[in-house]
Amino acid sequence: MTTTVAKRITDIGPPHYDKFLPPIIKKNYGQWKFHESIAPGVLCHVAESGDRIYTVRAGSPRLLSVQTLRRFADLADRFSDGHLRFTSRNNVEFLLSDRSKIEPLKQALFELGFPVGGTNNAISNIVHTQGWVHCHSAATDASGIVKSVMDALYDRFTHENMPAKLRVALACCLNMCGAVHCSDIAILGIHRRVPKINHQTLPKTCEVPTLIASCPTGAIRPATVNEKASVEVVEDQCMFCGNCYTVCPSMPLNDPENDGISIWVGGKVSNARSAPKFSKLAIPFIPNNPPRWPEVVDAVVNIVNVYAAHARKYERMGEWIDRVGWPRFFELTGIPFGRYHLDDFKHAGTTYARSTHIRF
Amino acid sequence: MADETTKTPLLDQLEQGPWPSFVKEIKQAGEKSPVCGDLLGQLEQSYSEKMGHWKHGGIVGVLGYGGGVIGRYSDLPEKYPHVAHFHTLRVNQPAGWFYTSDAIRTLCDIWERHGSGLTNMHGSTGDIVFLGTRTDELEPTFKELTEAGYDLGGSGSCMRTPSCCVGQARCEWACYDTMAICDDMTRTYQDEMHRPPFPYKFKIKCSGCPNDCVASIARSDLSIIGTWKDDIQQDATAVAEYAAAGLNIQKDVCDRCPTRCMEWDGAALTIENRECVRCMHCINVMPKALRPGKERGATVLIGAKAPIVQGALLSSVLVPFVPADELADTLKELIKRVWEFWDENGKNRERVGELIQRVGLANFLDAIGLDPAPEMVMAPRDNPYIFFQKDGDGH
Repeated sequence: MTTTVAKRITDIGPPHYDKFLPPIIKKNYGQWKFHESIAPGVLCHVAESGDRIYTVRAGSPRLLSVQTLRRFADLADRFSDGHLRFTSRNNVEFLLSDRSKIEPLKQALFELGFPVGGTNNAISNIVHTQGWVHCHSAATDASGIVKSVMDALYDRFTHENMPAKLRVALACCLNMCGAVHCSDIAILGIHRRVPKINHQTLPKTCEVPTLIASCPTGAIRPATVNEKASVEVVEDQCMFCGNCYTVCPSMPLNDPENDGISIWVGGKVSNARSAPKFSKLAIPFIPNNPPRWPEVVDAVVNIVNVYAAHARKYERMGEWIDRVGWPRFFELTGIPFGRYHLDDFKHAGTTYARSTHIRF
Repeated sequence: MADETTKTPLLDQLEQGPWPSFVKEIKQAGEKSPVCGDLLGQLEQSYSEKMGHWKHGGIVGVLGYGGGVIGRYSDLPEKYPHVAHFHTLRVNQPAGWFYTSDAIRTLCDIWERHGSGLTNMHGSTGDIVFLGTRTDELEPTFKELTEAGYDLGGSGSCMRTPSCCVGQARCEWACYDTMAICDDMTRTYQDEMHRPPFPYKFKIKCSGCPNDCVASIARSDLSIIGTWKDDIQQDATAVAEYAAAGLNIQKDVCDRCPTRCMEWDGAALTIENRECVRCMHCINVMPKALRPGKERGATVLIGAKAPIVQGALLSSVLVPFVPADELADTLKELIKRVWEFWDENGKNRERVGELIQRVGLANFLDAIGLDPAPEMVMAPRDNPYIFFQKDGDGH
């Protein structure tokens, strides 16, 4: 007697992209010549062969139900021969070979509540993390702030009226799953209180040497508490990064009244014009104020408006600030400058002004 | 109980406003899945208390894999039993995030049968994210995914799911085939992706040009960024057309060039290509008139990461130029040597960029067998404390 056991399939990797490419892309792969912008959110790429492909880009909340995904699939069937893709900023793109279908598709997306835009000098979608929807170390929610900020910046998504690209990103703690640290505007959740050590569970849940080694400032020391091996935190040395909590569940940092948001500006990823750079601290702390975080929305909109009013064409946030100087940035935005803006970690000295180049 | 947990006055406010609402998405998925009602209930409580309600981690997965599933448990399981388990699966995306409508429906069918019906398209690293299911659904979900041709992505101390820009599929600036390289890396390192072997995570991102649409220089341990060696391709007629159409070529192109390598005399644009740093600005502004050169390939950079543990880093140059047709082989050889050194010398939770900071770039280059090159630094050292070596000539 023989029994057949179905072989378990593993390590096959993703489907090969070739299966999903529209015929016009397969035909012109690597043979694109130039592109032009037709309208906000609509691009036309022209191949050496003369073929044209039209891209219609729409914003999404990233967190999508299968119902919405099925609607996107239906739209793709109706307008783009069943082909669609997503972008690195969580937008959905429909790839059309028939120009006459652009307007009906835009209309259909509008009726479903998905705005078309995010191209060229518009503010594209905010890349973000999970927040309270799914994460254990979040100092704030992600989706709620993103929704509130994008409601306020909606017109800047659907119009290309900024001096240059402006990239906003949100991470709900310093782990930065969203790697927001090189964004024009970064919204970053932060903790501000030392971990509350659970000495009961710590010996069972955590490896003490690993825990001690996890602290970038050496603030965690071995300690015996109630005759059990545990740790203590030198409070003056803690800068609330949450590394210890990542390796040890008995070190939670969550603190409703002291967790909140910091805002960072002037970073970029692209090599265009100036080199890529990190975002720098603008506002050290704004308390969490769900469901719509009005203070965070106001702070972001203020920075966007000041930048839009003062930057020159093609000048990214950080390039504008480099030209006018940080004192002017703080003056124009009305953001107070204080001790938290002065770095005191590694390489802090490289951020001190080491010249007499001062604008008065 | 059910009534109480579906009252969400705070979250309901996030259904207002023009931007698409994640709350609407959760409610919509809730029409078919009881999970979503409890998710909303717990989230509403988080909004009211200003604090998350997920327990720390939890090791769950599918048979034989050490990653790809993020374990998540509610700390209020009695109150919200449907999210007592709320694990996430990272499903490896097809390169370039291209789909057909049928592929999307297949993914929806699987996830509707086995989970919350909530997704992220996509997660920060690039995976399709299936958000929220129970431990006993993991293996059945995985079975259906693999039968449909999908596999899990990476999590933990492994090679994370590589990602890439749209590349040559729809971009004239792609200096190498990003989707092919991304797919090749993904398939080559399935074992390292699914069975975490490293001190910490290792990310690979492929961008076709220096605009770097997948943020590889900020977000990946190995950043592969397309570039070219020869002259920018110029169509003089198209340049004149941009000028005629009102573009201020002097101000918006020449004056914005970081090396001032371009001159515009009102009729012709002259580029001193030896001075060009391939920043893309002029090409971005005049895509019909200017294009990357024909001798194309990539710059390979190493070491980017977010702040955890020792501070954020951008990648720095490792190989200034690799011709496009040699890229796959060169990368595999480089990766082998880098992983060997990292495996041997990296401390627990030390990314490769932090290791290089700790041991020094010179020692790292010795270990992986590369010669120092001036393209690797912004400037030579300015401090005279030099560790001269006893043997060798110091070069």
